[in-house]
Amino acid sequence: MSEIWVMDGNGPYVWVAYGITLAVLIWNAWSARARLRRNLRNLVREPAREEPARQPKVSQL
Amino acid sequence: MKLPRWFHRFGSPPYVYNLSDAIAPWLGWSALVVIAVGAYWGLFVAPPDFRQGEVYRIIYIHPQTAYVGMMAYTLMAVSAGIGFIWRIKLAHAVGVSAAPIGASFTFCALVTGAIWGRPTWGTYWEWGDPRLMFELLLLFLFLGYLALRAAFDDRDKADRVSAVLAVVGVVNVPIIHYSVEWWNTLHQDPTVSNLSEAPSMDISMLIPFLIMVLGFTLLFYWLLLRRLQAEIIERERGTRWLRDLANEGAG
Repeated sequence: MSEIWVMDGNGPYVWVAYGITLAVLIWNAWSARARLRRNLRNLVREPAREEPARQPKVSQL
Repeated sequence: MKLPRWFHRFGSPPYVYNLSDAIAPWLGWSALVVIAVGAYWGLFVAPPDFRQGEVYRIIYIHPQTAYVGMMAYTLMAVSAGIGFIWRIKLAHAVGVSAAPIGASFTFCALVTGAIWGRPTWGTYWEWGDPRLMFELLLLFLFLGYLALRAAFDDRDKADRVSAVLAVVGVVNVPIIHYSVEWWNTLHQDPTVSNLSEAPSMDISMLIPFLIMVLGFTLLFYWLLLRRLQAEIIERERGTRWLRDLANEGAG
């Protein structure tokens, strides 16, 4: 198991590179979904309605 | 030049919004599975490289992030051109949606490349290396595009001005690609994208490499569609179809 982390001494390079890439992917996914959800929430809040509005349908992912 | 009739459907915000909503989940889940499989294969199954040893495994993320950045810029430039010439506003929305994705992936390519460079070239960075310089220029072009847009309150003006930058800057994309052939550079020659030769990579490494290319492509288009939906809502605020969409969700 430790061999996977050490990778013949190159472990820090490989795992830091993968970690940064994963962080970028997660940030992209989070920011894209967060912006869409925020815009949908603002859309629902806009003109006054007689009945309380729920968030419009959007796919899960 | 007149565009075919079916093409104009893609200029309709409600059509594109609903189509994106239908397609995006498939892209998202596919990307997740494909990248997980590719990453596992590349990290734990593929054999080490005879020359670089284990550090070569960065090949399963670095070229993919660079490729997504270049694809994003190309899409941004094509969209800008379509928006500029045929005045299809939705095309500008596509460009705006692609820009932050492209910028972040290009940043990732630069950083992972620098990390890979240390043990292989003996340096994180080499000023004057053509591939590195033009890739850095690509990042500046993305940031410049976003900054230029932010400088204008009028969205139409922002669309037109940033479109010019996007179209002019696209010449950088083929320069990045061919830089390793045109100049002396630390960067290695193309591994798979040189279509006149067979890939210079063993099949046991090539398969996870291509799987990751596919995964990152699916991921890019998922991110693009979700950002495009958000952009469409902002641009179409107050329209009847959006009110109907909101009411549908409330009902």
